[in-house]
Amino acid sequence: MVLQPPNFLSAQARTFDERKVSMDFISKNLPYLLAGISVGGQYALIAIGYTMVYGILRLINFAHGDIFMVAALVMVYASASFPLYVTIPLVLVSTVLIGFVVERVAYKPLRDAPRMSIMISAIGVSYLLQNLALYVTGGLAQIYPAIPLISNSVSIGPATTKVVTIVTPVLTVLLVILLMWLINHTKIGMAMRAVANDFETSRLMGVKINSVISMTFIIGSFLAAVGSMLYFTNYASVVPTSGAMPGLKAFVAAVFGGIGSIPGAVIGAFIIGICENIIKGLGWTTFSDAFTFALLIVILIVKPTGLFGERATDKV
Amino acid sequence: MKKSAAAAVCAVLALACVMPVSAAETVKIGVYEPASGDNGAGGKQETLGIQYANSVCPTVEIGGTEYDVELAIVDNESSNEKGPTAASQLVSEGVSVVLGSYGSGVSIAASDIFEQAGVPAIGVTCTNPQVTEGNTHYFRICFLDPFQGTVLANFAADNFEAKKAYVLTKLGDDYSVGLGHYFQEAFENELGGEVVAETFPEGNADFTSYLTTAVNEGADVIFAPTSTEAAQLIIDAAAAQGIDIPILAGDTWDSNVILNAAKGKDLAIYVTTFYQEGGNEEFDTNIKEWISGDSTNLANNGGDDTVAAVTAMGYDAYFVALEALKAAGSTDPAAVNEAIWDVTYSGVTGDISFDSENGDAARDSAYVKTANTETGAWDFVGVQQKK
Amino acid sequence: MSRRTNMTISALLLLALFGLVLGLERMLPPTHIALTVLKKGCIYALVAVSMNLLNGFTGLFSLGQAGFMLIGAYTYGILTIPVADRASVYQYFDGGIIQFSVPVVVGLIAAGAVAAIFAWLIGLPVLRLKSDYLAIATLGFAEIIRAFFQWDKLGRLTNGSNLLRKFPTFNSIAFPFVVTVICIGIMVLIINSSYGRAFKAIRDDEIAAEAMGINLAKHKRMAFCISSFFAGVGGGLLAMYQTSIQAATFRSSMTYEILLIVVIGGIGSVTGSCIASFLFIASSEWWLRFLDTEMYIGNFKVPLLRTGFRKVVFSVIVMAVVLFARRGIMGNREFSVSGIYNFFKKKFGRKEAAK
Repeated sequence: MVLQPPNFLSAQARTFDERKVSMDFISKNLPYLLAGISVGGQYALIAIGYTMVYGILRLINFAHGDIFMVAALVMVYASASFPLYVTIPLVLVSTVLIGFVVERVAYKPLRDAPRMSIMISAIGVSYLLQNLALYVTGGLAQIYPAIPLISNSVSIGPATTKVVTIVTPVLTVLLVILLMWLINHTKIGMAMRAVANDFETSRLMGVKINSVISMTFIIGSFLAAVGSMLYFTNYASVVPTSGAMPGLKAFVAAVFGGIGSIPGAVIGAFIIGICENIIKGLGWTTFSDAFTFALLIVILIVKPTGLFGERATDKV
Repeated sequence: MKKSAAAAVCAVLALACVMPVSAAETVKIGVYEPASGDNGAGGKQETLGIQYANSVCPTVEIGGTEYDVELAIVDNESSNEKGPTAASQLVSEGVSVVLGSYGSGVSIAASDIFEQAGVPAIGVTCTNPQVTEGNTHYFRICFLDPFQGTVLANFAADNFEAKKAYVLTKLGDDYSVGLGHYFQEAFENELGGEVVAETFPEGNADFTSYLTTAVNEGADVIFAPTSTEAAQLIIDAAAAQGIDIPILAGDTWDSNVILNAAKGKDLAIYVTTFYQEGGNEEFDTNIKEWISGDSTNLANNGGDDTVAAVTAMGYDAYFVALEALKAAGSTDPAAVNEAIWDVTYSGVTGDISFDSENGDAARDSAYVKTANTETGAWDFVGVQQKK
Repeated sequence: MSRRTNMTISALLLLALFGLVLGLERMLPPTHIALTVLKKGCIYALVAVSMNLLNGFTGLFSLGQAGFMLIGAYTYGILTIPVADRASVYQYFDGGIIQFSVPVVVGLIAAGAVAAIFAWLIGLPVLRLKSDYLAIATLGFAEIIRAFFQWDKLGRLTNGSNLLRKFPTFNSIAFPFVVTVICIGIMVLIINSSYGRAFKAIRDDEIAAEAMGINLAKHKRMAFCISSFFAGVGGGLLAMYQTSIQAATFRSSMTYEILLIVVIGGIGSVTGSCIASFLFIASSEWWLRFLDTEMYIGNFKVPLLRTGFRKVVFSVIVMAVVLFARRGIMGNREFSVSGIYNFFKKKFGRKEAAK
């Protein structure tokens, strides 16, 4: 790796006149920003799944990133035999189903076990999903099918990128608004808030805990499926470990924004996506992943509740 | 219930033990290749070449006796940590010689196991110098990274008048980092160019920022010696950003994975490789038929019948091993090891012989190909010699 | 059964086991898969026990083990590569900056010590966190460490992201066994000491432990450093086993594997971790390998068998243990001579009573 001066401050650029400098600045750095916003939106959709599950079960669902990967594989295999208008609903439905089944089989039996047991079970599920994916794909990277419209290239000023880059943040924000409405204005949303607030009491008050938890996993998996379509349209290659890193980063985003808080997770995800790309732009490529974790540790130590977490939980 | 389950398990295990029963004399050749992990795709293509060669020539005459050749194939998972057990498995099965691996790191990791067991190994496409350096049991039939890096640097300077190159390598991948290093050395020291080098970590999927840096730095060529998994993503990202800088890469990119990814996109991709499809009509036709005839083989080859250079190399490596067995006149690994030094063989990828210092192949030319993005095939550019 | 006979028989059993392993080494060819699996199993046993010390006995859920193993492996490698070979190993970095080498044992102790120092530094901020936050923070630190060791600005020390090799490796299977037995022995002594009792008190109830006068911060830091020390030694041994070191090997998936070993063996059981690591390594890398190759019984092709099936079967088994045998092989009990004695006594005692 060669350390070069940051592009923003390139000494050479300063000698030109102001206007040219600013044009130059934009054309050089816009691609980093666009990539950051786009990947941030995709992390956000995964992060919501983490933050909701954690809010209710106090479980870091390590398998969530792998469900995201499985959604992509379903898309790859389904699109080989069905047209797109069948494939997309199929992907959404099957991902939701997988999320639901995983919760019922691997987490529900451990509801009264120590929290560590459920987390280990989540690691086990993640291990299983990755190995299943390895078996099914035979270890070969699968090319993600191009989804018309969002796979095309488009020019934004001086930068060229895929349409999905612009679609992602818009769609993310829309889905989040919808989700917030669901949580704040429907009965199931109220039940979710109640369970997140006090698991035991809400159980005593007659909230159907199991259906609330299932609903959480269904929503989380649905958003992960949407996220996977956007993510893999941009980075069109699926391998069994494809979900691991985005999953971990999305989790960091959820903690960063304040775990349990949906707007927090979304904002955290955008911040992480953008920072990651700025780090790459600065030439610190070796540390682009490490940086995310450094950010996590700093926030945990300085403000353990995250940017938007209000409740003082038992974590410190 | 428990008892019957236990009985079933016992039955399966017993079968597993009884399985390999064969009447004729057999000699085993170990195939130490990745079938999963980062280099899974390449490893499978290399294995295909070996399997095809085995189907073409399933017997060998050693010391006057006809032997059946049996391939013992293990998956080293592209991992230095899992490699040693895979290698011990081969040694335990009593192989006379080992072929592989795709990927230099795993070859180095298993080297000591083979050495202790006295089993010789023939590297097929592991191009890092450290594989054979300073030992007498690891050989290879391909060219080396210093050679390949120099060839590519010269190619960049000659054809694109490149003054500045952007080198993108994968962190922790010996092949990638090594080749990048030799390219940089040749490009900077011998040709007086300038290199901007960056690395990407394992599991990275987003190459937009890297390519943006390449553009911002004003690079004339991009050199990206990576695995095919990363290559797909790099090609995709380059096309999405409309990058018109030529992209150069080493032998790993000579794969139909690259062709499929590049098809229909406006990119200039050049690779150096060991073999040019069409170089041997008969071999090409037959192996294509063999690959298409079996759905597993077709899937392992990435879904079509394009012959990758590594497949051709695997094919040649098998025959080199047979030559060594014949010359040794015995299936004893030590005798085979002695015999390999003097083996010469004319394969589909050219003439193969070993130097007497490290057991490296004496090769002095590399084929340069470019991806034709309209037809989805490789176009031959030329043969580049070492200067 | 007196404590003394108990100890004697345990020691004799250990010796017999050791003799058995040495005998195996004599009988089998030196690269036989059984020996390779035994070597790796015994290294993993050491690391699993070190993780158990933290997760099982102190109740600190840390996922940083791979990071500390990485530090140990690098320290060992950097210090023990013979000076003559440094030029070829550090070929891209002019032979590196360190131009001396130390004996193997010193290298291993240094591996542990450096890992412990890093642990102390990391522990300063991280140990204030609890349960899953601690887990994710340690996991994060392991990733940061990995990136750091791959940084080519440190290449003259760490060889960047390239392989470190040519350092001394095992010449007999006895070596890893002796080191592992000594290390686990020390850990057992610690667990049974007053410090160990303090660790367990912290695990069971932090507030109560603090009220009893146990210095939480001090004891947590101590457990963290001790665990990391032995993880570092384990990393050094793993480097010897692999004959080469590369930062990319020490991923979080390695930590997960070790965690699964601890769980399968039983959280809070030293002998459980040991037994589980041998079983884990042997079945995942040896016994189940036949599932990866196509098999014919007569003309019948056994379905499903192809590359990767081994791992699917293995992960299903792991999942089954996690879900249905939640306490693992040993629970939190220990394998002991007196335990066996009592077990048989009870059993036969009952039979006699029935007569």
